[in-house]
Amino acid sequence: MSKLHIETTINREPAEFLCEPHETVLSALRNGLGLTGTKEGCATGDCGACSILLDGRLVPACLVLAPEAQGRTITTIEGLSRGDALHPLQQKFLEHAALQCGICTPGFIVAAKALLDATPEPSEEETRYWLAGNLCRCTGYDKIVRAVLDAASEMKGSAA
Amino acid sequence: MVAIRYETPRSVSEAVRLMAADPGARVLAGGTDLLVQFRTGVRQPSAFVDIKRIPELMSIAIDAHGLRLGAATPAAVIGEHAELRRLWPGLAESVRLIGSTQIQGRGSVGGNLCNASPAADTTCALIVNRAECVIAGPNGERTVPVEAFSIAPGRTVLQPGELLVAIRVPRPAARTSDAYLRLIPRTEMDIAVAGAAASVTLDAAGLCTTARVAIGAVAPTALRVPAAEQALVGSRLDEASLKRAADAASAAARPIDDKRGTTAYRRTVAGVLTRRAAAIAAARAREQGSHP
Repeated sequence: MSKLHIETTINREPAEFLCEPHETVLSALRNGLGLTGTKEGCATGDCGACSILLDGRLVPACLVLAPEAQGRTITTIEGLSRGDALHPLQQKFLEHAALQCGICTPGFIVAAKALLDATPEPSEEETRYWLAGNLCRCTGYDKIVRAVLDAASEMKGSAA
Repeated sequence: MVAIRYETPRSVSEAVRLMAADPGARVLAGGTDLLVQFRTGVRQPSAFVDIKRIPELMSIAIDAHGLRLGAATPAAVIGEHAELRRLWPGLAESVRLIGSTQIQGRGSVGGNLCNASPAADTTCALIVNRAECVIAGPNGERTVPVEAFSIAPGRTVLQPGELLVAIRVPRPAARTSDAYLRLIPRTEMDIAVAGAAASVTLDAAGLCTTARVAIGAVAPTALRVPAAEQALVGSRLDEASLKRAADAASAAARPIDDKRGTTAYRRTVAGVLTRRAAAIAAARAREQGSHP
């Protein structure tokens, strides 16, 4: 069967790939484009490990078909740093040791970026509710929440 | 394996043609149910008909008559709509309770209705707001009240070639408000053990002139409860009338026993949630009366 040719924008760059009609964006990113930062956890939309931004909206990449990306804009974890400069969220996750095994981390950081895009100064409660769809079996979440809140206050400071 | 097609109709009529031409085609909105069912082998569609490039299925319009909600509009977009939240706070609550932030970015009210889970959070809130399903098909358009849309778990009135294009909700009368509550064993990210929605209209003196009550997850489909409505109408929505409405809701519930709750527990909770939802709707309606 013939594959579909999809033209899209990924991490600010034009991108194209071939995919099966029923393939997911998660599979296209990881297997087609070699962007393996986005992780597959449950593959049923329950764990948040595959979080990406689709036209700026936080979605699970496992529940988006690859051909849906035609003409859209995708941001993955690979798009957050600027060259060697880490995004403040990435830097704060390191400083707070907000990860252990690391499988959930890209999803948390992309989800936290979506939170800070919408709400630059979230409360702890807002942060915990927003990230409730990202599961972490190592950290117990406290360090993750502290890292996000710290990144928010640093980004606010640098924006002033 | 037969090739699965992916289609992106740009109009409702094109979507209807695609659905009518292929009985195995499935409508793809947010995919939060369909793609999981596909992945687990529960459904093997011959085509995914992605309706999200049809502008009227992805829009929210509010005018003097009320709300027209495009069936595939993501929950997150609905939750961010200030006017919708102001006019139908209970409906907005029911939408915002669904899943995670990520699921909210994909899942839609139309999809929630078409998946036809008895525990779907939006159904009760839509029923008490007199919502109608706008259905397009090979023979044109028809409307069905939301309370008649699902006929059994996982089954709706949709016929081959038909699709749900919008949900219409009439604008609430003065001093009218709604509320939806569900019980889950944690703070979020779960499926309702039981749910209840209420909408009440008060007169200038604070008497309830109209009431609608619906309960979810306690029968094969969400149920409207006329006996609970009758207990509220004519009252000041005092404790005694709320208690009668709760008893009526418990009596109307016909829940199953499963891992989420026993029959007796669900029956009790349906009543408790009905009482509380009616009290919240009443407080909201009174608040409107004090700020005309």
